[in-house]
Order: sequence, then C-alpha cells, then structure tokens
Amino acid sequence: MSLFLETLIGGVLAGTLYALVAIGFVLIYKASGVFNYAQGSLLLFGALTFVSLKETGVPIAAALAVTAGLLIVTAVAIERFLLRPLTNRGPLTLFMATLGLSYLVEGVAQGLMGSRVRALDLGIEDLPLFLGDIMISRFDLVAAGVAVVLVVALALLFHRTRIGIQLRGVADDTRAALSLGIDIHRIWQIVWAVAGLVGLVAGLLWGARQGVQFSLSLVVLKALPVLIIGGFTSIAGAIVGGIVVGAGESLAETYVGPFLGGGITSWFAYGLALAFLLVRPAGLLGERPIERV
Amino acid sequence: MSDTILELTDVTLAFKGLTAINGLSFSVRRGEICALIGPNGAGKSSLLNILNGVYRPQSGTIVFEGERFHRMEPLKAARRGIGRSFQNNALFSGMSVLDNVIVGLSRRARASLVEEALRLPRARAQEAAFRERARAVLRLLDLESRAGTAVGTLPYGIQKKVELARALVAEPSLLLLDEPLAGMNAREKDEIAALIERLNRELALTIVLIEHDLGIVLRLAHHVVVLDYGRKLADGPPDSIRNDPDVIAAYIGAGPAALAA
Amino acid sequence: MAGLSSRSGAQPLPLVIAPGILVLAAVTALVLAVPFLASEYWVNAIIVPFLILALAGLGLNLLTGFAGQLSLGSGAFMMVGAYATYALQLRVPGLPLPVALLLAGLLAGAAGLLFGLPARRIKGFYLIVSTLAAQFFFEWLFLKVPWFYNGNPSATIALPHGLSVFGLSAENPHGRYWLTLGTVALLTLLSANLVRGQTGRTWTAVRDMDAAAAVVGVQTRSAKLQAFFVSSFVLGIAGALWAFCYLGSASVQSFGLARSYQILFIIILGGLGTIRGAFLGAAFVSLLPLILDWLFQHLLSGHVDEGLRQNIQKAIFGLLIIGFLIKEPEGLARLLACLFAGPSGGRPRRRNLRDLNQETKP
Repeated sequence: MSLFLETLIGGVLAGTLYALVAIGFVLIYKASGVFNYAQGSLLLFGALTFVSLKETGVPIAAALAVTAGLLIVTAVAIERFLLRPLTNRGPLTLFMATLGLSYLVEGVAQGLMGSRVRALDLGIEDLPLFLGDIMISRFDLVAAGVAVVLVVALALLFHRTRIGIQLRGVADDTRAALSLGIDIHRIWQIVWAVAGLVGLVAGLLWGARQGVQFSLSLVVLKALPVLIIGGFTSIAGAIVGGIVVGAGESLAETYVGPFLGGGITSWFAYGLALAFLLVRPAGLLGERPIERV
Repeated sequence: MSDTILELTDVTLAFKGLTAINGLSFSVRRGEICALIGPNGAGKSSLLNILNGVYRPQSGTIVFEGERFHRMEPLKAARRGIGRSFQNNALFSGMSVLDNVIVGLSRRARASLVEEALRLPRARAQEAAFRERARAVLRLLDLESRAGTAVGTLPYGIQKKVELARALVAEPSLLLLDEPLAGMNAREKDEIAALIERLNRELALTIVLIEHDLGIVLRLAHHVVVLDYGRKLADGPPDSIRNDPDVIAAYIGAGPAALAA
Repeated sequence: MAGLSSRSGAQPLPLVIAPGILVLAAVTALVLAVPFLASEYWVNAIIVPFLILALAGLGLNLLTGFAGQLSLGSGAFMMVGAYATYALQLRVPGLPLPVALLLAGLLAGAAGLLFGLPARRIKGFYLIVSTLAAQFFFEWLFLKVPWFYNGNPSATIALPHGLSVFGLSAENPHGRYWLTLGTVALLTLLSANLVRGQTGRTWTAVRDMDAAAAVVGVQTRSAKLQAFFVSSFVLGIAGALWAFCYLGSASVQSFGLARSYQILFIIILGGLGTIRGAFLGAAFVSLLPLILDWLFQHLLSGHVDEGLRQNIQKAIFGLLIIGFLIKEPEGLARLLACLFAGPSGGRPRRRNLRDLNQETKP
C-alpha cells in the first residue's frame, strides 16, 4: 500500500510540472488559436539563458530579470514576425510555423549557449521527506507549491485585471473583441510573454531536476497528451490532465511496466490520450464546440 | 410513391440552451418548390442543416421518402438523394470547377484504390463517364468555359452556380438551396430563378430553398413556410402568405408593399 | 513534369506543357546518366538518400498535402516498413524482394490505418497526438522486443547480403541506385495516378472542407483512412530502402522523431499537395547541408565545430519553414513554376493550397 501511495504521490507531484507546461499551451491556444509547438523550445531557451547568466556570476535575481526581459522581447518578436503575417491562415499552417519556430529557437539558443548539459542549483535541497513510511521528494513538493502559486497568480491576472478581461474577451469572440477596439496584437504579445514566463518557471524547476539540456524542450511532447486529456481550452483542465498523466504514468511504470519490459512511460501518456480521443475528444474539462457550416 | 416526400414533426433544435428551432412541423410535397422565409436568425439555415443531418435536433422526427429518421447524417442524406448548397459557398477551394463538380458524383464511384493506382479499365471508364456527366451539368448551367478554372478565383455569383452544379450532378431527388440568389444582380437572379423553375419542371425535382428576395420567392414557390424565432408563423401557398396578417406583422420593416411586389 | 502536376487548374496550355516536356526529357536524361557521371560518393551519400527522402516526402504529402491530415509519425511508418522487410527477408527464405517490399508496405499501411483511426472523429492537430503515439510506440516496440532485431546485441537490423533483385544488388552503388530509382519511379507513378483520379479528388475535398464533402456524398471517414493507408504504405517502403539501400544497418534511431520532422519539412519547403514538391523539398534538404559546409569552409575557413554547425543548420531550417509558410505556402514547387512561366507570370496564380484549412476542433 505504501508503495502504491508513494508512486501515486510522486506521480501527482511530477504531474504538476506537466501541468505547468500545459498551462502555457492553453494560454496561447485560448488567446490566439495557435497550438504552440515551440513552447518546449522557449522553455529550454529561458532555462538556458538563466543558467548561462548564472554561470558568468550574475546574481540570481538579476539573471531572472534579464531572462524574463528576453522572453518578453522574444514574445513581441514572435507576434510581430510570425503571428501577424500569418493572421487568418489555417490552424495547421500556424502549427507548422511554430514547429519551424521551435527549430529556430533551439538552433539559436544552443548555437549561442552550447549544447552541453548544465547543472542548475536552485538551492532546494532534495532530501526525502517521510510521512509515516511514505517517502516524498521535498523538491517535488516545492515544485508543486510553486505551480500552485503560479496558477493562483494567473487566475487573479485573468479575472481581476483589465488585460485579463480583454484577453478572455478575445478568447470568447475574437471578432467582437476587435470591434470593441481591443488591440489584439498587444494581447497576443502579452499572452505569449506570460506563456514564456510560465515556461521559464517550468524550465527552471525541470532543469534543476534533470539538468538544463536539449531534452528539456521535449517536455512539449509530454504536455500534448496532458492537453488532450484535460481539454485545450481550460487551465483547470491542464492541471487535472497533468496530474492524471503524471500519476497514471508512474503507476503504470511501477505496476504494468515490468510485464512489458519497462520503459513504457515514453508512450503511456499517448495511449491514454488516444483512449480519450476515441471516447471524449473534448477532454475532461474542454468545451466541445459547435461546428458551423 | 407517396405524395409527400418530406415530413417534419415537432422538430426542436437548441445550441447550449438557445433554441434555434422550436417544435416545428411541416411537410413538402413531391415535385414542389418550397420556400423558407423569415427574418435573419429565424432558423432557416439551421433547418436545412437538420434536413441533411449537419445538425442533430434534440427532438422530433423526419420522414424522408417514407423512411423515418431521428437523426440524419450528412453522408446518409447525400446517399439517399438529398442535394444541398450552402449560404456561404462551401466549395473545395483547391480544385478546378470541373473537379468540384465531379466530387458531387462520389456516391457513384465504384473503382477501387488498386484500380485507380494502376489505371485499370474500370478506373479509366469511370473517370471518362464522370467527366462527361460533370461537363453536361456545366453546360446546363452555362459554366462550360470555366471547367478548368480554379474555383477560388471565380466571382461569388459564379461560385454559387458551381455549387448548384455540384449538387445537381448527383441527380438528387430533393434539393436544398440556401440563398441561391444572394450576391447576384437582377439579371443573374432572373437567370437562376428561371433555371430553378426549369429544373423543377423538367426533372420533377423537389426543391426547398431559402431566399430573402420576397418578390422572387412568391413568384417561384408553390409553397411557402414562414419562420420567426424558430417557430412556424405561416405555411401555405404564396397567395395565402401574401395576405397573412402575422407575416405582414413580422415583416413590418418591409411593409405590405414589399410582399405585394 | 506536366503529367505529374497536381490536380487543380490543369489547363492544357501549350505554353506550359512545352517546358514541361523539356524538363521531363532533361530529368530522364539526367537520371539515366547519373551512375556514369556522378562519383560513387555522390551516388551513395547524396543521390540515393535524396531519392528515398523524396519517396518518404511523397508518402507524407499524400496524407498531409492532399488529404489535409497532419502527421508527425512518418518515422514510425518508415520504421515498420524497415523492420517488416528485415523480418520477411530473414525469416521467409526465398521470398523475392519485390514481394517482401510489398508485404512490408502493406504492414506499414496497416499500422498507419490503425493509428489513423481517430481521424474518423478528430481533426487538425488532435491528430498529431495519434501520429506521435505511433512514433513513440513503435520506437519502444522495436527496441524492447528482440525478435524484431533478431536478438542482435546492438539492437540494429542489417541484411547479410543487402537487398537484391533482378541481378541488382544493394551491395554496389550502381545496384543501389537502380533499385532505389526503380522503386521510387514506380511508386511515384502509382501515386500520381491516384492523385489525378477520383481518389485524389476525394482527398482534396476532405482537405478543403470535410463537412461539405460529406454533404455532397464523399465518405470522408473512409477517405481519411485510405489516405493514412496509402501514405504509410509508401512511407514503409521508403523506410525499407532507407535501412537497406542507404544505411545498410539501421536502428530505431534511424527513424526517430527528427526523421518525422525532416519529412514534414521536405513537403512544407517543396510544396504541400504536389508530387514534384516532395522531390524538390528532398533535393533542398539534401543539398542545404552541403552548401552550408561549403560556405563554412570558404567563409570561416572551416573553424566551425560540428555541434555549432548543426545548430546553425537547425536555425536556418526553422527560419526557412517560417518564411515559406508566410511567403510561399506552395513551396519550391510554385517558385519553380513561376520561374518557368517567366517574370511576367505566364499563368494565373493557381491556388493549389493556400492553407490547410482544417478546423482544429475535435
């Protein structure tokens, strides 16, 4: 039983990180209808920039500020040179463009800052914590706490600020928002910047755990099934989906993996997502849109 | 063969609690032109979408050619002979006019994948026959000179005609036309109206159409159904509609004069 | 080339066909002369992989460019083709190569069909998940089950005598070239037939507006599955050629996610929804690294380490993808068509595929 609980809790905590990555997707998808495949690369870019600055002796706070600034500039550039020229084009075209963007960002980031693995120490000691006889990773707990704080902050941003309300307006009905004089380009820039910053947090937490390296950008592949399961349009869905995937993955690896030769985490989440696609395509919390002809 | 080709009973359609069609019943006789009229948002296009299965009503039944449906499906509708044109053209923008029309023949395609890949006799024969039939329909609509043109480059009015051709080529028994005259000038309107009349007369084709030009509607249709807010306001021959006080009230903006036109 | 041109606006303008025939003649002559003109290095390292990549691009283009179903699982279906060919050649003695390739293609097609099943209900980038699932599942399967690589300790597959048929053997460069060329030419012809016929029309209708396609009587669900099957069939055979005519020995990594991206990039750059697009894109993808190498050698006198070179290449690819999608969504195929028609624009801009218009909703 304690093995089960331990696996479950470990999986849930890891799932909060998936959720963090998935939230970046949901934000962008809601505001601009773009499925941003480059989210993982932007996350790598942020983490890599932070580590590189820190390695040259820049204090953590300054490094964080500079990285955040850079991510904001990047978001503005993406809006200006990618989204704007592709306005009114099909969603698959936009998706492919973000796939190109991921190559561009990875190429530039690693070209400038190198491809080797960097250690990142955030000063969180990863000592195991015991609850009875259940072992929990302290790091995972902190990471989950950060994720919760971030989600609350985002919720406040969207429900209490002018920008947030405008943003929800754009998500609900772009044309109506435009006719009300909302500057959609600015909204896109803000959303991409916020998604970049959320990605930075996820990238730092993830990077501290497994080192800052190329494989960080692959978390995009983990976030995809999370989105299918949770629904593309819901932040709450991203969180639930992340936890379902995280917990499901670690339970499956512990209890089913041994019978299949192990290593099934690489596709388990996808199998789960496929099952959802066949049964409930809108996800747990997503809206099923009415198809207009 | 019964005299009624299509009968709706108590059909209701709602989107997220918003009722688009409310307990609607009416029937269409074989060989007639039935016009659906009513202000914007009255539920006319939704009704056509129910008839060929694009939308699924929450309740009610549809009887088409004596067969009872709780829900139609677009493919099933097409295969049973319901043809359709859309309000905002729904052509395949990447294809030529001829190819668009040939797609309308899909339900008659018999050649298999292997036969097509190897260009075996049946595939070649099918291709030749499809081209011939599509060209015949294009000739009928005076579109032959446009056969090779990419459909996206054509003006709106011509696209409407291509859509009509695509629906006609399948030789439907019931044709649903959503604003077939929209965006046309008076001359083009007369031309298409005459064509619709001819199709109805010569091919005994039953047609249900939505049109805003009341003058043409009242001239063309044998049977008019007036919708307002998803309900049926009136149902009958054009003459009775013209004098129906409810209809006149609903068309206050237009005034009785418009109805008399 | 005119014969291979895509379906729309096939106006029989003599002016357009004349250069088309010239191009066709030139290409044929070039193709026949290659083994005599090109060095062994060029045949082995550039031309053979180019042809196979073009075939893979063609396979994906049938699905994505013509039928509008996006896939990131091309590598997976190539993998199935390669491992199936290996198993058939190894375990069925005396099975002629063409039969083995055909069966491998059918198995890959079946895999494509299976992972394409969700396409019956979902659209757009939801499908990416299904095709990525194929990618990860087959990577896992062919690595975890030793039967597929005959228990080889390095988990690679290699045929002891390579592929051979009709006296052509993949053991020598000429044999490799003719074997590859023959297969690619045959599959290109068959694909062109499909695309020009009712099948191609049906696919394009589904791509352009599948709701309307169903309304006019197209069986959209089976059309999508058909596209998945045919596409994976072609990809499977391309995978077999990649493993045994080009690499010699292959592993799961030979068909990883990066391969899937590469195949997609080939058709974006070359031209979505055209047959020649796959060839142009493959040529571009094959030649760009050579050009970059040459530039580095001459401009930077070779002082670029391998890692940096790869990252620069990656960034350039990313830029090109974005640039093409913005400026020329019909890719090199259209750029070239403009070139032939002259700057005055001999023919109207035919909008083959402005966009993959598919709705994103499930």
